Amino acid sequence: MRSFLDFEQPIAELESKIEELRHLPGAADINIADEVSKLQAKAERLLRQTYAKLTPWQKVLVARHPDRPHLTDYLAGLITDFTPLAGDRTFAEDRAIIGGLGRFRDTPVMVLGQEKGADTESRVRHNFGMAKPEGYRKARRLMELADRFGLPILTMVDTAGAYPGIGAEERGQAEAIARAIEAGLAVGVPFVSVIIGEGGSGGAIALATANRVLMLEHAVYSVISPEGCASILWRSGEHAQQAAEALKLTAQDLLRLGVADTIIPEPLGGAHRDHAATVATVGDAIASAFSSLAGMDGATLRLQRREKFLAIGQNGA
Amino acid sequence: MNWLTNFVPPKIRALVRKADVPDNLWHKCPACGQMLFHRELEANLHVCHHCGHHLRIGARRRFAMLFDDATYHEIELPKTAADPLKFRDVKRYSDRLREAQGRHQADDAIKVAHGRLGGASAVVACFEFDFMGGSMGVAVGEALVAAARLAVLQQAPLVVVPASGGARMQEGILSLMQMARTTIAIEEVRAAGLPYLVVLADPTTGGVTASFAMLGDITVAEPGAVIGFAGARVIEETIREKLPEGFQRAEYLLEHGMVDMVVPRRELRQTLIRILDLLHRRQPPAEVLPPQPVLVGKEPAMPALPAAEDHPPER
Repeated sequence: MRSFLDFEQPIAELESKIEELRHLPGAADINIADEVSKLQAKAERLLRQTYAKLTPWQKVLVARHPDRPHLTDYLAGLITDFTPLAGDRTFAEDRAIIGGLGRFRDTPVMVLGQEKGADTESRVRHNFGMAKPEGYRKARRLMELADRFGLPILTMVDTAGAYPGIGAEERGQAEAIARAIEAGLAVGVPFVSVIIGEGGSGGAIALATANRVLMLEHAVYSVISPEGCASILWRSGEHAQQAAEALKLTAQDLLRLGVADTIIPEPLGGAHRDHAATVATVGDAIASAFSSLAGMDGATLRLQRREKFLAIGQNGA
Repeated sequence: MNWLTNFVPPKIRALVRKADVPDNLWHKCPACGQMLFHRELEANLHVCHHCGHHLRIGARRRFAMLFDDATYHEIELPKTAADPLKFRDVKRYSDRLREAQGRHQADDAIKVAHGRLGGASAVVACFEFDFMGGSMGVAVGEALVAAARLAVLQQAPLVVVPASGGARMQEGILSLMQMARTTIAIEEVRAAGLPYLVVLADPTTGGVTASFAMLGDITVAEPGAVIGFAGARVIEETIREKLPEGFQRAEYLLEHGMVDMVVPRRELRQTLIRILDLLHRRQPPAEVLPPQPVLVGKEPAMPALPAAEDHPPER
């Protein structure tokens, strides 16, 4: 069963009609087949039109779509010999962030990112992709390990944000994020980050201080969730749609602002409609991002990263 | 304004104008509610003499408290694009910003100054919490970059006093990027072997805490200051529990190993001087310092010390 977003209802209706027709007793009938292909063409047209002009708020919904491919899908599709590494060596293992060694197209890499989970059980296990300090400390540990052994770093960002809780604050959520940012900026190895879904605030940038920041076409990346922003500035969460517009959080906005370097196109109707195609395109984009960094030594990579971030917001964009 | 003020001719009105008397002779302590006389409050460094509550103070007052002889030079901060996103909520951000600029006679929520701290140069950056909640956007990030570079240029330590609600929402993703940019800035101070001290003032939260504010070589907090990443309300809504007593206060952070010390404002200046003397300047205790500054440019204060030990490695 595919889940449909509210604005996809007309498409959902067409698709269920198609399904119905297909299961009619005389589905092989030439008239019915004809009708089905007509409806299919219509559904595709509608899908194309809808996704060609998604509003920022609709993009937020697509980015959070429960069927959207998550980190584990990319790991399965892109990384061979994946060898997960656990723990921050201080307090705990945080399953909101998965990380480890593996091969990306034969090259050993360090890969890590947030995992939101795909069903109730896995969502709980991964804490809905909201990491605690341990997660960010593990991320830092893995980035430093990669740096020491000269392994390129690949991160995938997909989180509503860092987890807000008593324990997380007690154990230094802020410090853990700050150190992860610091570590990401300091490594002397190629570092590529992909915003695959939701890039939520500090919890996202902690893994995204990369040489190349790629974003999926309908991914979002923001300083605060539209709901949070609306409840503070409009004093009501109901203005989330307006907040989403104002925040300029779409991949297209971020490319313009120099925050994202590349937009990775999604299959028609969003990444959730075709996992395999999405994973393959993301793989190609990662490969070309890494190859654009090939030949740079550690100092150059660090310098490039610093200059890239220092330049953001400087052109009065 | 009432009928009388309209009735009284302007000349007479000018005679009895209220502005002749400062209207803020008395302050109410936000913690204990006691009325505090401004002169006493000023003499007590804006700490309530009834309950010890540390009131929030502006950057210039802070500079005057920290620098030797209350003497410092404020630097002009880089101009940045105002309202880069053309942000609008119920109000335009550009209007909010202009309003804040007018009210505070300032460009943004931070000021940077250099001067002498315990006889030697130091660069201090202070947040203005009153200016849009001390929020960090491009201008604040840029000011911190400028402060860091000035410190490197002067071979002086950098002291930052944050007091901020976090990132400035109205600058969207660009404010989030300041977390990276400010981290780069203080990394430049570190690379130059200079100390970077943080004085966490009330309140320090959000993206400010989760970047440069938690990366100090030594971190000092003011008593009672609220310091944290997530806001208390957000946490309460998420976990649906009451928060423990003293949660996210400076003392709580000390207890949990997140800051080096909690220092009352009255001792802050001396504490910073002592730290810098021990950490960096390798000088005899501040009390026996000659009145004239001894650090000039890059000249080490005590040439007898081997240069290699001047700047111990960071990690």
